[in-house]
Amino acid sequence: MGNVVFAIIFYALVVMVLVSAVAAAFLRNIVMAAFALFFTLLGMAGFYVLLGADFLAITQVVVYVGGILILLLFGVLLTHRSIETLELETRGTYVLGIFGGLLVYGVLHYFLFSVSWPTPLMKPLEPTTAAIGQLLLSKYLLPFEVSSVTLLIALIGAAYLVRRRDT
Amino acid sequence: MPLRNYPNWGLLVMLELFLISAIKIAFVVGVALGAMPFVVLFERKLLGWIQVRPGPNRVGPWGLLQCIVDGIKLFFKEEIIPDQADKPLYLLAPALVVIPAFLVLAIIPFGPTVHVLGRDINMSVTDLNIGILFFFAIASLGVYGIVIAGWSSNNKYSLLGAMRSSAQMLSYEISLGLSVVGVLLLAGTFDLRTIAEQQAGGFWHWYIFQQPLGFVLFLAAGFAETNRLPFDLPEAETELTGGYHTEYSSMKFAMFFISEYINIMTMSAIVTTLYLGGWTAPIEHGLLPPWLAGPLWFGAKVFVLIFFFILIRGTWPRLRYDQLMAFGWKIVLPLALANIILTACLVALDSPWWVFCLAGLAVIFVIDRIVTMLRRSTLRAA
Amino acid sequence: MLQAYFPVFLLLLFGVGFAVFTMLLSHFIGKKKPTPVKLSPYECGIKPIGTARIQFFVKFYLIALLFLLFDMETIFILIWAVAFHDKSIQVFALIEMVVFITILLVGYAYVWRKGALKWR
Repeated sequence: MGNVVFAIIFYALVVMVLVSAVAAAFLRNIVMAAFALFFTLLGMAGFYVLLGADFLAITQVVVYVGGILILLLFGVLLTHRSIETLELETRGTYVLGIFGGLLVYGVLHYFLFSVSWPTPLMKPLEPTTAAIGQLLLSKYLLPFEVSSVTLLIALIGAAYLVRRRDT
Repeated sequence: MPLRNYPNWGLLVMLELFLISAIKIAFVVGVALGAMPFVVLFERKLLGWIQVRPGPNRVGPWGLLQCIVDGIKLFFKEEIIPDQADKPLYLLAPALVVIPAFLVLAIIPFGPTVHVLGRDINMSVTDLNIGILFFFAIASLGVYGIVIAGWSSNNKYSLLGAMRSSAQMLSYEISLGLSVVGVLLLAGTFDLRTIAEQQAGGFWHWYIFQQPLGFVLFLAAGFAETNRLPFDLPEAETELTGGYHTEYSSMKFAMFFISEYINIMTMSAIVTTLYLGGWTAPIEHGLLPPWLAGPLWFGAKVFVLIFFFILIRGTWPRLRYDQLMAFGWKIVLPLALANIILTACLVALDSPWWVFCLAGLAVIFVIDRIVTMLRRSTLRAA
Repeated sequence: MLQAYFPVFLLLLFGVGFAVFTMLLSHFIGKKKPTPVKLSPYECGIKPIGTARIQFFVKFYLIALLFLLFDMETIFILIWAVAFHDKSIQVFALIEMVVFITILLVGYAYVWRKGALKWR
């Protein structure tokens, strides 16, 4: 009974993610297209919750939905022609898009089936936050500090953006 | 197949889970929506008294029915959709504001665990072990409704208000997230119920005494996040008429209004849980059974904070926009970082609570001196 | 653990239902007498000039960019704060975070100096 309910929620999320992703690709109003991604990214967070990765789900919402997509939306609002539909669809862009999509899919497909997934399926799901914190302080210490350097570089890039505008 | 990955609860377990959750949701949402008209009335009365006028006093005794009547009126108001508006997004925006406001209500613990019908029932809709992170995540979604509302209305005031409001909320979200770290260092968990329980046994255990600096920063960021005076620039009436909801009428306007007040209540509730001991009593008394005393104390503390919100609104001038951004980025943010390092050092040294208190107060004092000196020197220069 | 998220899902359904129900109800109850003037954008009685969908001040984009970067730092600091409670790694964790925040502060000071935090 319980697994049927969760399966229904899972497939509802699948539909939401797929429909909104297709909408993001094909809507001609670019504000609407950017906004369609909102549901795609939220749906992904839903998958993470169903998989028991609570911290990952929250990070997905905070960083992707609350950060990157807002940045995208602001960027769209900044462009001149946000309300006009963009006439980008030529045969060349279609071919390029299909080729790029297939390439990305190929890479994903390769990794999806070449990696063995050691998932203890029948175990009850456990909270993950404490474990992630411990790992960041021990095993993944170097990535943790390197990420701060990466963010520093990004900050300098952001400051450079302002400087360019002033001159 | 995903089917076998999920817990296979039986029908009875599902039904029980559904019933318990539904009752809790009905209670929490009922209290939030039921208290809202009275918070609005209380605010209008108090503002009236501060400005030496009676406030609403026509509908019902003491104006008690005013806000309920206002709500009914809004239902019957004409629904106007501006013909240049982007209709789907225009209709979606109020929902995008009100749904996150409701969702945050889920994680607020308003009472202890009670034993009913052989079950342990937590007095909160749910207890997520990522509690406070859930609050930040959902709060960050509130920006969407505002940006979408402002853009889709095709009104200059709306768009200006929306951009101001979103930039303000983004800026203060960081301060909100960083200022709470002090409490997390002391508590060692994200779970709001555990954080509240750690403060039980008397008011001197409350985290406000170990985190005076964090408390002040969190409260300031909270005011900005809920768009309250002195940070209410997105809807500064004298500059922007109504801000991002200028073009909204009828129940669509009411949704913005409802979510604004629910956000104030949840912000007060979160501050109560993090810094003022949540539902725990200031002094152990045992006069009332815990299932009654808990929610009563919790309600009283939230009420005091809401009272404080209104007092500030009645007495403080509005900041200028550049001052607002400078305050968030140049004062609150570095202070929050300083608070993190300070608290972490004291936790590592196993300091008693009064050392935390004195250190925090000392930082507040020094910063206040520096700011006053800087202001004097700029005044003299001008 | 999924048990704890079920009420959140229910509350989400309730929120969607509430929004749809109230909007539909007021749509059917309220009277409708649209006139061209009523449906035009509100600009305090003056006829609106041009469109509101103008190009926007690039400063807002910069704020969003800075927000995104600091947001990620916040996530790291939050998860560190909870792990900090473990006594055995405390001093080590403290040094690590001081390094992390110092690197962050270098970027912050640079952004401040370049005037990205100044609002004109």
